[in-house]
Amino acid sequence: MTSKTTIPVHLDINGQRHTLELEPRVTLLDALRDRLGLTGTKKGCDHGQCGACTVHVDGERVLACLTLAAQAAGRTITTIEGLAREGELHPVQAAFLEQDAFQCGYCTPGQIMSAVACIREGHAGSDEEIREYMAGNLCRCGAYPHIVAAVRQAALEAAS
Amino acid sequence: MMLELGLNQQPAHTRQGSSIGQPLTRRDGFLKVTGTARYAADNHPPGMLYAVLAVSSIARGRVVSLDIEAAKAHSGVVEVMTPLNRPALAVDPDAKDHPFMFRLDLLQNDGVRYPNQSIAVVIAETLEAATEGAALLSPRYETLPARVGLDGGKSFVPRGVGVGNPAVQEKGDVEAGLESARTRIEAAYETPAQYHNAMEPHAIVAAWDGDQLSIDTPSQGLAMAQGRIAGLFGIAPRNVHIRSPFLGGGFGSKGMISGPQVLGILAARLVGRPVKLVLRREQMYGPVGHRAPARQTLRMGMDGEGRLTALSHHARTTSSTFDDFFEPAADASHTLYASPAIATSHDAVRLDTGTPLFMRAPGEATGSIALESAIDEAAHACGMDPLEFRLRNYAEVEPMTGKPFSSKALRECYEQAAEAFGWASRPLQPRRMRDADGFLTGWGMGTATFPALMFQAEARAVLRADGSGLMETGAQDMGQGAWTAFAQIAADGLGLDIDQVDFRAGSSDLPNAGIAGGSGHTATAGMAIHNAGAAVIARLADLATGNEASPLFGAGNEGVLARGGRLYRRDDESRGESYSEILARAGLAEIEGHGKGAPDPASQETYAKHAHGAVFAEVKVDPDLGQIRVTRLVGAFAAGRVINPRLVRSQYYGGMIWGVSFALHEEAVTDRRSGRIQNANLAEYHVPVNADVPSVEALLVHEDDPHVNALGIKGVGEIGITGTAGAVANAVWHATGVRPRRFPIRIEDLLG
Amino acid sequence: MRDFSYLRATSVDAARQAAALPGAMLLAGGTTLIDLAKCGVAEPDTLVDITHLKGLDRIEIDERGAIIGALARMGHVADHDDIKSRFPAISEALWQAASAQIRNMATIGGNLMQRTRCPYFRDPSNFSACNKRVSGSGCSAIGGVTRGHAVLGTSDACIAMYPGDLATVLVAFDATVRLGDRHIRVDDFFLLPGTTPDREHAIEPGEMITAIEIPSSAAAHRSTYLKVRDRQSYEFAAASAAVGLELESDGRTIRDLRVALGGVATKPWRARAVEAALKGKVLEPEAVRAASLLAVEGAVDHGANHYKIELAPRVVARAILKMGETA
Repeated sequence: MTSKTTIPVHLDINGQRHTLELEPRVTLLDALRDRLGLTGTKKGCDHGQCGACTVHVDGERVLACLTLAAQAAGRTITTIEGLAREGELHPVQAAFLEQDAFQCGYCTPGQIMSAVACIREGHAGSDEEIREYMAGNLCRCGAYPHIVAAVRQAALEAAS
Repeated sequence: MMLELGLNQQPAHTRQGSSIGQPLTRRDGFLKVTGTARYAADNHPPGMLYAVLAVSSIARGRVVSLDIEAAKAHSGVVEVMTPLNRPALAVDPDAKDHPFMFRLDLLQNDGVRYPNQSIAVVIAETLEAATEGAALLSPRYETLPARVGLDGGKSFVPRGVGVGNPAVQEKGDVEAGLESARTRIEAAYETPAQYHNAMEPHAIVAAWDGDQLSIDTPSQGLAMAQGRIAGLFGIAPRNVHIRSPFLGGGFGSKGMISGPQVLGILAARLVGRPVKLVLRREQMYGPVGHRAPARQTLRMGMDGEGRLTALSHHARTTSSTFDDFFEPAADASHTLYASPAIATSHDAVRLDTGTPLFMRAPGEATGSIALESAIDEAAHACGMDPLEFRLRNYAEVEPMTGKPFSSKALRECYEQAAEAFGWASRPLQPRRMRDADGFLTGWGMGTATFPALMFQAEARAVLRADGSGLMETGAQDMGQGAWTAFAQIAADGLGLDIDQVDFRAGSSDLPNAGIAGGSGHTATAGMAIHNAGAAVIARLADLATGNEASPLFGAGNEGVLARGGRLYRRDDESRGESYSEILARAGLAEIEGHGKGAPDPASQETYAKHAHGAVFAEVKVDPDLGQIRVTRLVGAFAAGRVINPRLVRSQYYGGMIWGVSFALHEEAVTDRRSGRIQNANLAEYHVPVNADVPSVEALLVHEDDPHVNALGIKGVGEIGITGTAGAVANAVWHATGVRPRRFPIRIEDLLG
Repeated sequence: MRDFSYLRATSVDAARQAAALPGAMLLAGGTTLIDLAKCGVAEPDTLVDITHLKGLDRIEIDERGAIIGALARMGHVADHDDIKSRFPAISEALWQAASAQIRNMATIGGNLMQRTRCPYFRDPSNFSACNKRVSGSGCSAIGGVTRGHAVLGTSDACIAMYPGDLATVLVAFDATVRLGDRHIRVDDFFLLPGTTPDREHAIEPGEMITAIEIPSSAAAHRSTYLKVRDRQSYEFAAASAAVGLELESDGRTIRDLRVALGGVATKPWRARAVEAALKGKVLEPEAVRAASLLAVEGAVDHGANHYKIELAPRVVARAILKMGETA
């Protein structure tokens, strides 16, 4: 018999503080999507196998589906909704648009969050390195060649 | 329930001009890169509850008990829907009025006919509670042995395959052709069950208001889904409002409304509140279709010059025990290679699986990997270069029917792709090339083809007094770029700049756009848009040419051109006026026109209509470790008119990557004792990751086709997978000398 | 997923005490535990979150070796310059594991506790028999889909494969797990299934991994991790080898050799027979290939995984020869 117990969870998301009453089992992904209406972060597998739920915690890319919301309290969380500033696309978003680096668009927020981190980590030095370090984001439409082109373009822009 | 996506407010798409042929970036791109494109599961109406399916562990038998009390006792659980309390339906979900009506599992009884069949639905205040509630049901079963595998049942010849093709077809005398041949080959190829695995799991948010039903769900065929749902619930189709602005991938699995989606609607009816039901990834291995496994046997005979004397292609496929879908794999041999005698046949067994369904190039992909492998074997048996062999057997008319092709630029595809790839320096014998690191290198090729299909679609066009236009059709965008390509066609059809056109799609409240499938959506709905544009322009021209005050007075419809928001006299372009002026003079706020898209029966009768392509692949194989890496892919495709080359290239890439996946990655592996798929997830059911995909090039070969439709569109969504899968397999042979006969090709096949 | 209570540990001692209570489990990166909780395999009553503890993520390297804190994350260790230069196999095993996102979450301590990918183990709602989950309940894998199962170290009770990469390197280089004050060799930390496959690690209730320690050696300095798999990335090993090599001053005679296998055994698998056969010998391809066959001595297949017996020695030989080429 499970008793419903909730705990207060303070989340710092895209520069805004949110306080939620959550069961401890609620993942960061479900908190974002179901409690906060931040539905840009997608659920593709819920088991850490596809990368669609990639967000940044303390500036690093992680999977929201395997992170408990309670664990993320006190950390700085950035989602796809927090990437563009005042309507201005982040260079990675612009590169994805320009290079047609998506088709159905469902994996795209995760790809973009992953790509931003990939460049920041210094793992976008060559096409081969980009392919390896973007391998945690599945794209069933097969947009990979254009994703590599977009990451390359954004990495070059960031370097210049 | 209008969809207002505000696509015209986003500036990003306009940089590169407008209208047909322009490489516009996606009009929905801004929404997709910012996470604001709303997919079905992103909706959350007030008062919404979460529903989670409980699915069967067993493949065959019946549910004996469910611990409903345990589930209901879990905090947050509101209701458990089972066969005992499931709301009534107007029709039996096992009824089948036509081949496109698939039987659904909607808790009609306690029977189980495949693993992961829905056996209950738990509805709760939170997703967590519904999920745990479903686990707490702890079902008990009466289990019968599972029937699995290509030999899992008694085989039979289906009444039809695919969309009603005869299961057995023959032209000429194949046995005599084989008898007379100088060289013969015979080979059998096995391909596994594959699952669509769109990144977006099937999802539905359903809300009832009296007998009005509002739904957010991904659908490749809104009108068909609307009709099916209306039929099941005994309400008028117009009372069913489906929104599907974006599909997170479909690939055929969202072509028909599936059982779980309908269960979401039933759950909403049961609890009287909006309900969201999203499949878990593992639950997608059962009730939403798959590509059936196949065993194909090809026999070919060749004369002394390498000309085919006979071609025989037999396919064993599977369907479920309770419904019919038979992949027409052998029909791949109808269209590509000239032969005086061709025989194709199918047989099938029934298994305890969910019903197979259309999956990207259904039949064409499966048939292609076998046919292209066998053609490669035949070329080798004749001592010929595989490209030379294909050219020797080039079909000038459709081999099976003798019909002329409406257009066929396959020779150009072969030439351009071979040139770009550097095919000419390929050694004939296998295992002759190594790279600097010692990897065995192989080059292989395959021919790609896919029929240029059209279905039925409608569109509505409006011109407004402010000079802007509106185009409406219930088209579906699953990533192919419908929001953009259709807006381009609409802009040209209305004679407007694309920014002056409001394009609406993705809702069942709009005119029926047919299905996004069979690579026919752009042609079909595109023609409806084109014709709707023409109809409203004709009305506008009537207003102008019939009015003495207009500079166009007396020009007649034939004598008027529409461009840039103005009508001009064809014989004197200095005489014209704007749409606004015409409508203002007529005192009209707006005018409208309607158009349809459909295949032309006369040209259907006369011509064979297919897109074509050629794909060349390079693989590298570690000679000791068996690891295969595709290092280069070059394809050239001729598919009639290209509406937007940027989007079309993406479609080809996607198809080609599916071809790589078919050859090297995908396979659903079944536990033969339980009938369960043991890799029903995205870690162990392999689809390629970014690192698996090499340099890919897709050349767009020019092709004018005056017969397929007025726009000259053939379709590009599925052709890329054909040809590519075989090209990769043939490259593996060329690298290693090992002929792949079962797919996917795996490390153990090449350890030697 | 069952509900549970969540505690955030404020100190190592508090974490240990909390985790010693029945039904309590330590939560680090969560990439195994939350996944298995969703599968219904892990059913904790309490999760004790240790990710906010300070000081447990340090990477300290000196001439004696490396000490990597239990909460250091896989991605950080993989990219650590001194790890890359002095323990290349560790970096290579880590960057080839999982995905960049998972490596940013998963900790070194948690990685040692990674569970098998056996699909029968992971699926309690459809397969009740699993000796690893419930001792004595039977093994559903034997007779089932076995392509990914172990060929070494199996028993009649369990053939589940240990899927990790890092620990394969750790056993090759005689690394030690620190459980607070108790130190235990990694090779002894992982247990063979035998008749008790439910017991995978030599860790007692109330204990917590605080660090791993890898002694410096010439072989570790000249080391590599070769991972062969079905996909190029984001994929478990079909077979892998961690190899370290030290040559005599003649540049051709093997002074020290370390070999361990991944992807083929029920635990990280040190191949001492290969090492013994080649130590003191001249490094040359035929001898290496012949000796590498000893890596799979005693291997038992279950049908579809037979290829691992063929593949593993080739991976070992390739890795040794590759190290031989690096002067």
